Amino acid sequence: MEKTIAGKTITVNEEGYLTDFSQWDEKVGEALAAEANIPLSARHWEILKYLQNEQKNQVALSIRRIGKSGVTDIKEFYQLFPNAPLKTATKIAGIPKPASCI
Amino acid sequence: MKNLVILGAGTAGTMMANHLVHHLKQPDWQITIIDERIEHHYQPGYLFLPFDIYKPKDIIKKIEDFIPKGVQLIKNNINRIVPAENKIQLEGGDEMAYDLLIIATGAKIAPEEIEGMKGAQWQKSVFDFYTYEGALALRNKLRKWQGGKLVVHITEMPIKCPVAPLEFAFLADSFFKHKDMRDKVEITYVTPLSGAFTKPKATETLEHFLVEKGIHIDHDFAIEHVDNEKKEIVDYGGRAIPFDLLVTVPTNKGDELIERSGMGDDLNYVPTHKATLQSKDHANIFVLGDASNIPASKAGSVAHFEAEILTENILRFIKGEPLKEEFDGHANCFIETGNGKALLIDFNYTHEPVEGSFPFPGLDHCNY
Repeated sequence: MEKTIAGKTITVNEEGYLTDFSQWDEKVGEALAAEANIPLSARHWEILKYLQNEQKNQVALSIRRIGKSGVTDIKEFYQLFPNAPLKTATKIAGIPKPASCI
Repeated sequence: MKNLVILGAGTAGTMMANHLVHHLKQPDWQITIIDERIEHHYQPGYLFLPFDIYKPKDIIKKIEDFIPKGVQLIKNNINRIVPAENKIQLEGGDEMAYDLLIIATGAKIAPEEIEGMKGAQWQKSVFDFYTYEGALALRNKLRKWQGGKLVVHITEMPIKCPVAPLEFAFLADSFFKHKDMRDKVEITYVTPLSGAFTKPKATETLEHFLVEKGIHIDHDFAIEHVDNEKKEIVDYGGRAIPFDLLVTVPTNKGDELIERSGMGDDLNYVPTHKATLQSKDHANIFVLGDASNIPASKAGSVAHFEAEILTENILRFIKGEPLKEEFDGHANCFIETGNGKALLIDFNYTHEPVEGSFPFPGLDHCNY
């Protein structure tokens, strides 16, 4: 479905995840974060960029792997993106929700 | 004579020995299977032991009973795999060279990964049912338990048989009903996933069962530690869930052998090509069952389907032919839903389980 955010039309799936990463930019990211009531700090951005990079390299994302990434630890990840951090952070980063298709 | 060595005489390794013995014969080939255990455990039976549905004799078999004639069985600890030299080092110093190696060393629980899990309450009010000892201790506990808060919990994915904790919750519901004490037990199902199962379609149906049985679900719970004094599990966000009896599925990891050999990922699973089952690092090593890192369920049914394709690929590899990229992640699971009833789900890498009656349910597609 289509959605207008930060003055841009983006395509999202039924859970609100971008289906085409090329539609993402930092303004879209900020607007998606605002929807989740998360004001983005420099630390948030470091993590979001890390997640996007991992996605680009086709690395399967998991809380455990992020805890060992050296970019952040799990405790901080939860503080920055409360409740379900991986789901929230990937949505803001414009990348797919990590599949636990197993 | 060439050597094909299988590491692990569990479900996956045993199936490979039984397949390959028909194709690779002496004097051209010697097939050897190595395992340090003396017993073959039917692991799905661990689910039934706590509820006195199975007895230990239903689970414990002799390894020899399943190893075909013509296959050499060595009962010894494996110290290391040395892929650069195509050899295995056994405990005690013996070495064994291989031309082809199949790794089927499985996965097991690692409760030490979570602070406090193996603490003062371990096997007092904190139990696992993924080991024989754990399931037996839990049986003894349940025989005399008077009720309270039962929390069924998954630490993190992936785990062996992802439906087993759900089945445990369903069977607990009927167990306490039969004991006429369901009203004294509050059952909570706690998962790191967003819902009851890893597949959205099946989740809808399974969550309906949970509601129907009065089982509360807490999702997106990433455990940080077990508080043995307050008897709570606490997640990274600070959410605490109290328990009187915690039945947890700890982190699952591949065998330490994989770590000792420097061949695993961060959970000791061997990086494996998901369609051919060949090791990503060594052409003459193949991996099947729970030991691999492929994104399929860790279950005997998966090993069963893998074994058929792997047999073909090993024969192709020996003839120098290209491998078939045919493994599709096929799994099927019978799910015990309590009161003597069950349902069957069948899925693979791309197709989700669908609703309907066996064998012709509707068709649908997984969106990942």
